[in-house]
Amino acid sequence: MSGYLAMGGHAFFVWGSYAVAVVLLGGLTVWSLADRRRLRREIEARGLERRR
Amino acid sequence: MSRPAANLHFLANPARFRRFVARVLPALWLVTAASLAGGLWLALVTAPVDYQQGHTVRIMFVHVPSAWLSMAGYALLAGLGASLLVWRHPLAALMARAAAPVGACFAAICLLTGSLWGKPMWGAWWVWDARLTSMLLLFFLYLGHIALTRAYDNPDRGDRAAAILALVGVVNVPVIKFSVDWWHTLHQPASVVKIGGPTIHPTILWPLLAMAAALLLLFVALVLMRTDSEIDRRRLELAERPS
Repeated sequence: MSGYLAMGGHAFFVWGSYAVAVVLLGGLTVWSLADRRRLRREIEARGLERRR
Repeated sequence: MSRPAANLHFLANPARFRRFVARVLPALWLVTAASLAGGLWLALVTAPVDYQQGHTVRIMFVHVPSAWLSMAGYALLAGLGASLLVWRHPLAALMARAAAPVGACFAAICLLTGSLWGKPMWGAWWVWDARLTSMLLLFFLYLGHIALTRAYDNPDRGDRAAAILALVGVVNVPVIKFSVDWWHTLHQPASVVKIGGPTIHPTILWPLLAMAAALLLLFVALVLMRTDSEIDRRRLELAERPS
């Protein structure tokens, strides 16, 4: 297992690449979800019904 | 009008688009999560170690789909820009606002993972190579698009300026694709999307395609959800405007 995690001595580069993707895409997803919830609360607070 | 074109035209109405998103999005998130789990399993567990690059070949499974999606995302911006400027589709500007940060995110991932791949393979984090430089330009074009949509008090003017940038900047997309053919570069030539078919071994190709499909689903889910939010944002802005 530790041999696999070491990625042949390139652990920093391989895991670093996946970490970059997780942080950026995860961050964008969480930010977009939070923005969506905030907008919906504001729409409801102002009495602007969402047209479906 | 053909059936797919008719469907797209049907979705150009914001109210219909919202009903479509409400129906599709929950299932799309589930499929995306399952596809990502499967793609990561293939990329990190079952894909073999490359005889030359060792484990660093696994960087490709994130790097290459990110490059594809950042280029496809910019082509989408250009299409939406044309839709806004020529046909004044009400949804085009809002979808462009939603898609630009997603495309920029994939361009950033492509650049950063490319740098993390370049250091062990080339001995350098960065070189001013045609492929890398044109991809960096694409990232700046995304940032320019995002900045323009927010630069004007009147959002319609910002949307039109950003649409023009998208149409002008899309010329960079084929430059990125063919840069490895047109100039001598350190970057390896195309090995998947090329005349004559892929030259990658299937044991590496399938995990790559699985990750590309999973990240494409994530791209679509993010753009649909963010477009729905942009409709809400525009409604709030219109409500705030003095009548």
